[in-house]
Amino acid sequence: MPGEVLSALKRDFIHNLIVEGKRADGRGFLEMRDITVLTNVISKAEGSAYVKYGETKVLVGIKLQKGTPFPDSPKEGIIMTGMELNPLASPDFEAGPPREEAIEMSRIVDRGIRESKSIDLGKLCIREGELVWMVFVDISVINDAGNLVDASCLGSIAALMTTVIPKDDANGFPSIPMPMRNTPVGVTVVSIDNTLILDPSMDEESLCDTKLTVITDKEGALSGMQKSGSGPLSPAAVLEMVNLARDRAAELRERYISNLSIRS
Amino acid sequence: MSSNQTDVVFFDENGLRTDQRKPDEIRPMKIKIGVLSRANGSCYLEWGANKVIAAVYGPREAHPRRMQLAGKAVIRYRYNMQSFSVEDRARPGPSRRSSEISKVSREAFEPVIFSDAYPKAAIDIFVEVLQADAGTRTAAINAASLALVDAGIPMRGLISACAAGKVGGKIVLDLNKPEDNYGEADLPIAMTEDGKITLIQMDGHLTPSEFEEAMELVQKGCRRVLEIQKAALMEKYASIMDDEEDEDEIGSENGAEDEIGADDEADEDDEGLIEFSSVDESDAQEEDFDEVTDEMVEAFVNRVSETLAKDISSLIREYEVGGSEADVDLADGLFDDDINICIRDADLKEIDELITKMEDEDDDFDDEDCEDEETDIFVITAEDDTDVEEADVEESDVDDIDEEDGEENEDAEEEDGEEFEYDDEDEDDEEE
Repeated sequence: MPGEVLSALKRDFIHNLIVEGKRADGRGFLEMRDITVLTNVISKAEGSAYVKYGETKVLVGIKLQKGTPFPDSPKEGIIMTGMELNPLASPDFEAGPPREEAIEMSRIVDRGIRESKSIDLGKLCIREGELVWMVFVDISVINDAGNLVDASCLGSIAALMTTVIPKDDANGFPSIPMPMRNTPVGVTVVSIDNTLILDPSMDEESLCDTKLTVITDKEGALSGMQKSGSGPLSPAAVLEMVNLARDRAAELRERYISNLSIRS
Repeated sequence: MSSNQTDVVFFDENGLRTDQRKPDEIRPMKIKIGVLSRANGSCYLEWGANKVIAAVYGPREAHPRRMQLAGKAVIRYRYNMQSFSVEDRARPGPSRRSSEISKVSREAFEPVIFSDAYPKAAIDIFVEVLQADAGTRTAAINAASLALVDAGIPMRGLISACAAGKVGGKIVLDLNKPEDNYGEADLPIAMTEDGKITLIQMDGHLTPSEFEEAMELVQKGCRRVLEIQKAALMEKYASIMDDEEDEDEIGSENGAEDEIGADDEADEDDEGLIEFSSVDESDAQEEDFDEVTDEMVEAFVNRVSETLAKDISSLIREYEVGGSEADVDLADGLFDDDINICIRDADLKEIDELITKMEDEDDDFDDEDCEDEETDIFVITAEDDTDVEEADVEESDVDDIDEEDGEENEDAEEEDGEEFEYDDEDEDDEEE
C-alpha cells in the first residue's frame, strides 16, 4: 500500500533481486500467486465470492434492494460498488470512512463492470421510472498482502455471476439470474526498473513507482484502466503492459470465471 | 424483542427447537485460529449460521497520541457488520448499535488483559461480522478471545460468551434467528474462566425466577463455549508442537503421525482415529523421579498434550464426518488452509470423559510447564514433594483480580433485530 514504510534495506534487497531476475517469493516476473475463488459463501447475500491471491483475501457480497431509478435512465437498474478496507486486514488500515485509496479501488472495479456493460441493466427494471433493482457490490478486504484491485475485480465478477435476483410478486417480477453479458477481468502490472511484474506482493507494491490496472472484457477489448502512483510511464511501456494484462486476463477468465454458474 | 407472536411455533412435539436443538444446547461451532497473515492474532469462527472473523493488532503504538494512557495500554474493540451480512443491506460504517456493542465488548475484555504491561501502547481488537444470524456479539467475543491468545497478549484467562433467552415462555440457550426475532427475552453474557461476569445485557421480559433460571443456563453455556475454545487452542498449538518434535526425531514415531506433524497446514481429514494410550509413553519417565530434568519434563508434557490434542481432534473429525453439513452449511472452503474445529454439545461429553481418563492416568506426574501453555484442559496434579502445584495455578491467579462483576447494565436497551437504516439517496457513485 502506498504509505507503507518499507525500510531502505528491504527496498534494496527487493530491487537487487529484480535486477538479478528474481522475486522475493521465488515467483517468475509474470507468475501469479495461487488463486482461489469460492462462491456462495455468505447465505444472507444474494451473491458472494471469496477470493484469495496468495495471502490476500477479499470477500465480495452482492445485496439487492428496490429503489427509484435515476431520472436520466428510468428503465435501468442501478449498480453501486463500495469497498471497505477493514482495519483487521492490515496494520495500515484504520476504521472510519473510506479513504482515497479505497475509493479509487472501488471505482476501478465499478468502471470495469459498468463500462463493459457486464450487467444488462435494462433487465433490472421492475416498473419503468418508478422501481428498479439496485445492485450493491460490497467488497470487504479481509487480509491485504498486495494486489487488492485484481482480487476485488475477480471477486466482484464471480459474485455477480452467481447472484440470483429474488422474485417480487407484488410487481410481477420473476426470480432471474443476474443478467450478465460480459466478464471484465482486471490485471495490474507494475514496473520496477523497467521490469514488468504481475500480481505484485505487498512489498513490491510499495516499492514500485507506479502500477497500471487494465480491465479487459471477454472480447479482449479494454473497458477500464487506471494508473496509480506517481512514477511516469513511456507510451511503449503502457502498450506492453496492456498486452500483458489482456493476455493474462483471458487466462484468468477461462480458469476462474467461465465455469461459474448459479447454484441450483 | 418484538412482541410475542403466537403463530410462531418454537418447539416440536418432542420439545426440540426449530433447529432440532434441545433447550439447553448451543449451536455447533467451528473455529479456525491464525487465519490472517497481517494481523498479530486472528480467529475465524462460525456459530450456527453466524460467521465472524476477529483480528488483534498490538501491543503497538497508540495513535493518535492523545489516546495513550500513561500507566497501561489502551484497549480498543471494534465490532462491525459487513453490509452483506444481513437480510437487508446494512449501510457501511458504524451504527449506534455497533458502537454500543463495541463498548461493552471492550469492557468485557479489560479485566483479563494485562494492559499495565504496555504503557502508552494500544491493543486493537477488530471483529467483522461476515454473516449474521442472531448472537453475533457473543460469537464476536468468543472469536476475539482466541485472537488475543493467538496474538500472544498476556491474559488472566479466556473470555467466553453465550446468550440465553425466553421463547414461547421457556428459557433456552443460544437463541437462533427466529427465536431472537420473535422470542420474549435475550440475555447475552460474557464470563471469565473463573466465572466472573464481564458483560451482561438483557432485553425483553423476564420474571425474577425466570431470570435466575436463565442465568443458571447461560453460565452453563459459557462453560461449554470455554471448553470448545480450549479444544481449538489445543488443536492449533498441538500441531505446532508436532512440528518442533518432528525436527528432532523424524521417522521415530509411526510414519503417519510424522507426516501430519510435518505439515502444519495439512487438512487433518485423512488422519484416522489415534488410539489413546499414555501409559506406555510414560513408562520411560517413571523410572527415577528424582533425576527428572527440565528437558524430560518438557518432552513429556509435549507428548501428553500432543496425544490428547490428537485424540480430541479425531473425535472432532469423526463428528464432522458424521454430518455437520446440515447445520453449518457453507464456506467449508473459507480459510480451509487452516485448522478446523467443529464441536457440538454431545461431543463435549466425550471429550470430558477423555479428559477425566487423562487425569486418572497421569496423576503421578509433576510438571510445571503445563501452565504456560493454556493446557489446563487436562489437570495434572503434582505429587513431588518440592513443588506441589496444581495445574490450575492460573485459576488462582484469576481469583486475585476482583473485578466488580456486578456490572448491572440491565438497562441496556437494545434491539437485536438487526435494524438497519436504508440508504435511500445512495452513494452518489453513479458514474459520470
